[in-house]
Amino acid sequence: MSVYLVQFLSGLASASALFLAASGLSIIFGVTRVVNFAHGSFYMLGAFFGYTFVREVGGGGIGFWFALLLAALAVGLVGLVVELVILRRLYKAPELFQLIATFGVILIVQDVALWAWGAEDLLGPRAPGLTGIVRIFGTPMPVYDLALIAAGPLVLAALWLLFNRTRWGILVRAATEDREMVAALGVNQSLLFTGVFVLGSMLAGLGGAIQLPKGGADLLMDFGILAEMFVVVVVGGMGSILGAFLAAVLISLLNTFGILVWPDGTLVLMFILMAVILVVRPTGLLGRPETAGHKAEAGFETALRPAGPHYKLFIAAVLALLLVLPVLVGEFYLILVIDILVLALFATSLHFLMSTGGLVSFGHAAFYGGGAYAAALLVTYAATPFELALLLAPLGAGLLALVIGWFCVRLSGVYFAMLTLAFAQVAWSIVFQWSDVTNGDDGLLGIWPSAWASGTLVFYFLALVIAVGGIFLIRRVIFAPFGYGLRATRDSTLRAAAIGIDIKRQQLVAFVFAGAMAGLAGALFVFSKGSVFPDEMSIPRSFDALLMVLLGGVESLSGPFVGAAAFTYLHDELITFEYWRLLLGLTIVALVLLFPQGLAGAAKHYLGRYLKLEAEPTGAAVTKREVREA
Amino acid sequence: MLSVEKIHSYYGQAHILTDVSLALSTGEVVVLIGRNGAGKSTTIKSIMGMVKVTEGDISFDGEALRGEPTHRIARRGIGYVPEERRVFTRLTVQENLEAGQQPPREGAPRWRFDDLFDLFPNLAEARHRLAGTLSGGEQQMLTIARTLMGNPGCILLDEPSEGLAPVVVEQIIKVIQQIKAQGLPILLSEQNLYFASLVSDRAYVIETGRIRFSGTMHELEENAEIRQQYLAV
Ligand SMILES: Nc1ncnc2c1ncn2[C@@H]1O[C@H](COP(=O)(O)OP(=O)(O)OP(=O)(O)O)[C@@H](O)[C@H]1O
Ligand SMILES: [Mg+2]
Repeated sequence: MSVYLVQFLSGLASASALFLAASGLSIIFGVTRVVNFAHGSFYMLGAFFGYTFVREVGGGGIGFWFALLLAALAVGLVGLVVELVILRRLYKAPELFQLIATFGVILIVQDVALWAWGAEDLLGPRAPGLTGIVRIFGTPMPVYDLALIAAGPLVLAALWLLFNRTRWGILVRAATEDREMVAALGVNQSLLFTGVFVLGSMLAGLGGAIQLPKGGADLLMDFGILAEMFVVVVVGGMGSILGAFLAAVLISLLNTFGILVWPDGTLVLMFILMAVILVVRPTGLLGRPETAGHKAEAGFETALRPAGPHYKLFIAAVLALLLVLPVLVGEFYLILVIDILVLALFATSLHFLMSTGGLVSFGHAAFYGGGAYAAALLVTYAATPFELALLLAPLGAGLLALVIGWFCVRLSGVYFAMLTLAFAQVAWSIVFQWSDVTNGDDGLLGIWPSAWASGTLVFYFLALVIAVGGIFLIRRVIFAPFGYGLRATRDSTLRAAAIGIDIKRQQLVAFVFAGAMAGLAGALFVFSKGSVFPDEMSIPRSFDALLMVLLGGVESLSGPFVGAAAFTYLHDELITFEYWRLLLGLTIVALVLLFPQGLAGAAKHYLGRYLKLEAEPTGAAVTKREVREA
Repeated sequence: MLSVEKIHSYYGQAHILTDVSLALSTGEVVVLIGRNGAGKSTTIKSIMGMVKVTEGDISFDGEALRGEPTHRIARRGIGYVPEERRVFTRLTVQENLEAGQQPPREGAPRWRFDDLFDLFPNLAEARHRLAGTLSGGEQQMLTIARTLMGNPGCILLDEPSEGLAPVVVEQIIKVIQQIKAQGLPILLSEQNLYFASLVSDRAYVIETGRIRFSGTMHELEENAEIRQQYLAV
């Protein structure tokens, strides 16, 4: 019996750090409407700062806690800089740019942490005076866990007092409801936003710092906690601090007991719990439905139009160039172009989901990697021929997309984005941990195409046909009735529902289609490289796709292709540096701040009028005019 | 003290106000009257810096307001009571009032909690209730009280009678008269001529974003042509 009690208490202990981090995320979102993807990085920084401060000033019982507070303050300072330099300029931008910018911050923090603290995992210092073990009915338990158990409710109470007993807290709550009205009462919103962001960052930092004696500090903490945090926030209900607390406790308990019952299945358990709660209460345990005014939009205003005559000519020229390319360049460049083709298909599938469906997925690599693994597993375990594997991989990815999409399309906007990210992280963890089948981190090797297609030249043409064919197929779907219906859904859910479009089903179909196409790209990838590693499913890979779409511009259909090329170039240039993540992160942040339309989008915008890159407006636009005249 | 001169306002590309001018002096209640969609709210939001104003001048006590951010305009002493009430529904009545608090202002009447609870006895009873649970009339009272907590030097009151029962409208009239008695000038936006005539000294008639008439309330009531053209439903 006492084993269960101790297990229960240890679950509560690990809930505390998770709660602190998640509550910070929730508070920031409530006021600024920005989902801070760098929140996991702040948590990680809290641990690293804590490690350093405890060594420097942490002598004695008081010094230790003082050092942890100092770590939280330091992270608050980092948050201050991020808010002032980056986010403040982006509050009015489409949310995608905010998310991408905070992803840039993740990369920057990763490399700065690597540079400052090294690649080794750091063992957390122990809290003076709390190093021992207590016996609870005979079962041992670290004393520090008791301190952790107390920390959660203490912070919860402190936050409650802050938000209910101070004028600042009242203003913050008022601002979550109606920011403009708060300004009209004479309150400086910018200051309020900055304050909230700093508070949220400090909470993440404190969360990272207090778990030091238990979990130490390492460079994987950022993405690790990010997915868990998102699950907590989605399950608890966005914006609800008490909800975050309950969800953190629930999930931590599930983890600790799950390990007893089904050691390999804790992730699956979390997945099931989340699914059940979202089906029963789509807004989470204590969340409120999103009000119309706060509805998060993907924000693509310009309509997609069929290609104009000049644009078609341009595409034809590019295709012709790709066809004769083997004559012009050597094998090295052909391989590079294969990479670009694969990524272009991957990015186009995501672009389809975003621009046509209005669904910004942050976990699209789950299907890219899913397709790659499907092909690799088929070849490894079922000795499936290359051609068949290439065909079955998109089906496998589509199936995965069906399962994940079934949950995700119930949510919209940032909730959708967060949930896709969480699911993708779960998929990654499964591949990473289930090493009996997937070989874990060592990957699956020796996945080569059949003999006839193994030469670079033949494979190049194969990749060209498949990638370009896939991209054209996606284009066809966009301008087919299904695509128009989807865009109607994106532009006005109410109106789409009124004319009898089953929104959720349609979004699910789009999600599955996009997933299958990403899977096709993944299959091409695995056969071009001969191997696959869990990295292909990881969150950074999902962000790569977003980055390609962003580089190419969300409003332009050729964007993903340009984006893939730009990304490949950028990546190859940067990878030679030791701190390439830092450079990439800085580049992303700079791009978002300077070119909110993306490269191709900006070029098209400025050149489009002269070059007639788009067909004359037809269809929808004309109807609108007619309606107005009538 | 508040003066708006020849402003042009836009929502995005849509040109809404053309050459709108008006003035508000100490101690008077001025009504901005016009039909649905005439541009009353847009005028008030232009003063508050919530709408893009591309031309013209807005000043209060001789200081230019145009181009200033909303919170600074509010800090200069312009109190804004929005249409559709916009109370903070998840805050209590008391907290709503606290959110509106600003330091006392020279030359403007000072309002304390007790003064406001005298003026709005209903709110005193509902002090600890969530604002979202109040009736429409009570919410309207709360928005007015919340603005008064900022000790403003003038008040922009956007259609306070909209959608309220006659008894409640009567209470609002009393409140406006009491505020006026403190010497606080009010710019009132209204569709209903009768309601306006009960409290206002002067009137501006607005229609499709232009001021069509300005004069005393008495002159407007005498002018059947203007009433017929711009106010008849
Ligand atoms: N957010 C907006 N975007 C575009 N146009 C708007 C917006 N708000 C108002 N308008 C337009 O501006 C014009 C003036 O609107 P305004 O709200 O100022 O009218 P009003 O006189 O306050 O009317 P009401 O009595 O209905 O409140 C209307 O034609 C309206 O359609
Ligand atoms: Mg109005």
